[in-house]
Amino acid sequence: MNGDMSVIISGFGGQGALFAGILLCHAAVVEGKHTTWFPAYGAEMRGGAVNCSVNISDSDVPSPIIDEADAVIALNDASQEKFEHKVKAGGFMIINSSLSHLKTKRTDINYIKIPLNELAQKLTQPAFVNVIALGAFLEKTKILKIESVKEVMKEMAKTVSAKKAALLPNNLESIEFGANIIRQQMVTA
Amino acid sequence: MAKVLVKGNEAIAQAAINAGCQCYFGYPITPQSEIGEYMGEHLPEMGRVFITAESELASINMVIGAGTTGTKAMTSSSSCGIALMQEALSAMCCAEVPGVIVSVMRGGPGLGNIAPAQGDYFQALKGGGNGDYKIIVLSPSTVQEAIDLTYRAFHIALKYRNPVMLLADGVLGQMMEPAEFGEYPYKDPDVTQWALDGANNRPARNIVSLHMPEGEMEMLTNRIFKKYEEVAKNETTYEDYLLSDAKLVLTAFGSVARVAKAAVKRARDKGMKVGLFRPVTLFPFPDKDLHDTAKKANMILDLELNKGQMLLDVRSAVFGACPVEFYGRPAGGLLTPDMIYNKIAELYAKLENTTKTEAGVR
Repeated sequence: MNGDMSVIISGFGGQGALFAGILLCHAAVVEGKHTTWFPAYGAEMRGGAVNCSVNISDSDVPSPIIDEADAVIALNDASQEKFEHKVKAGGFMIINSSLSHLKTKRTDINYIKIPLNELAQKLTQPAFVNVIALGAFLEKTKILKIESVKEVMKEMAKTVSAKKAALLPNNLESIEFGANIIRQQMVTA
Repeated sequence: MAKVLVKGNEAIAQAAINAGCQCYFGYPITPQSEIGEYMGEHLPEMGRVFITAESELASINMVIGAGTTGTKAMTSSSSCGIALMQEALSAMCCAEVPGVIVSVMRGGPGLGNIAPAQGDYFQALKGGGNGDYKIIVLSPSTVQEAIDLTYRAFHIALKYRNPVMLLADGVLGQMMEPAEFGEYPYKDPDVTQWALDGANNRPARNIVSLHMPEGEMEMLTNRIFKKYEEVAKNETTYEDYLLSDAKLVLTAFGSVARVAKAAVKRARDKGMKVGLFRPVTLFPFPDKDLHDTAKKANMILDLELNKGQMLLDVRSAVFGACPVEFYGRPAGGLLTPDMIYNKIAELYAKLENTTKTEAGVR
């Protein structure tokens, strides 16, 4: 009822949970889909907990507020704790196992544990855990093309400061790397 | 023009710019600060006026100043900030000064919190200002509608020489979705017949809200209320979502209405005849249309993010045509599609039972 795909992206302030959601929505617009992005806004700061709810659909999205999400991306342990119960039965949760060692509680959802921070160290620095997670999410769901996100990144780079624009190659590398994590797992599975 | 992904607050700000807003006066407050930030970034480079006022009192009085010259001006704030503007809103209605006020509601009363809420329906519609007056209140439910209604707000503020409020909430202000700006679609009326634009060999004009001579204030108030009748005749707007055969009719405004829509869709999938009546204009309230809807329905369920405020207008419009139930959460608690659906299912089951019992008696 919340559209074809609903996802909650959560992390601590500074990890880019909100930005990952914005990238996702922009990519949805590129592909002509309906989408909503709704953040937990306000007094959050670096270190505090932030999250956003994203809907992507082929038809109108009435509610930006999500009861149960098809997927949750938890970039730290607090996010896993907070949103594990919000995953629809049969849905999945990406957990950043670098920052969460919590036991998983459910048997009716799939868990994809990725040591995002460790893996990010292998890439050109700075690399971005939020973007790596997004790449993995997109490869897993195929809800949007990785190429659409890359297109969005290239467009954004034209409008931001030179300092930020210089990070475009790192972002492109991160999203591709995130997709590869899933691709390789599928090969070995 | 293609659709762009835009945040509600920023959409309102850009729409105001497109509508020809020449002056923005405001004081930051969550959850609408992006409006001021956006205006601060764009208005000065266009040669227009942007002022961060020292308080909300100052903002709204600056709007009055600009409005008396026939200039399109706007302020924006949230709950406790809008509370400070009430005296000026009353004065604007009396002196017939146009202006646009954007209210992005947060939790209250008091300083409350910064979460989305709808506790300021009374504040907007039944106002804290003195005397007989009404401000026109428009209630967007999507980012696209926030753009469209911002355009409309600027136009009808000038058309009726009355303050117009865009009443949104934290959900709509903070969320992003694709929307299209298009061009400002209205042709605005000539203001040179009344605006304070410098006498220059014509007789002096006064725009005042003090009328001491006997009978003058009564006459003025009656004239203004004639104007409100015109507003009601021309501007009343609501959305009909699956009402034609609805036994259970939901009423909701703003962001709650779109969440309700998700619940209605689900109820329809389960075969329940449920519809949504969404007032787009809160003043003028679509009371006649709601009454006609209620006559065909078995029950109304009013949904709000407060303890029941629009509920009074709903009851007044329904006027006993069918029972009216209320379901809401105040001060930052959100209604989700599941919550609304469960309430629908509960009430619908009751309706079905009642209908069966009545049939049995017959």
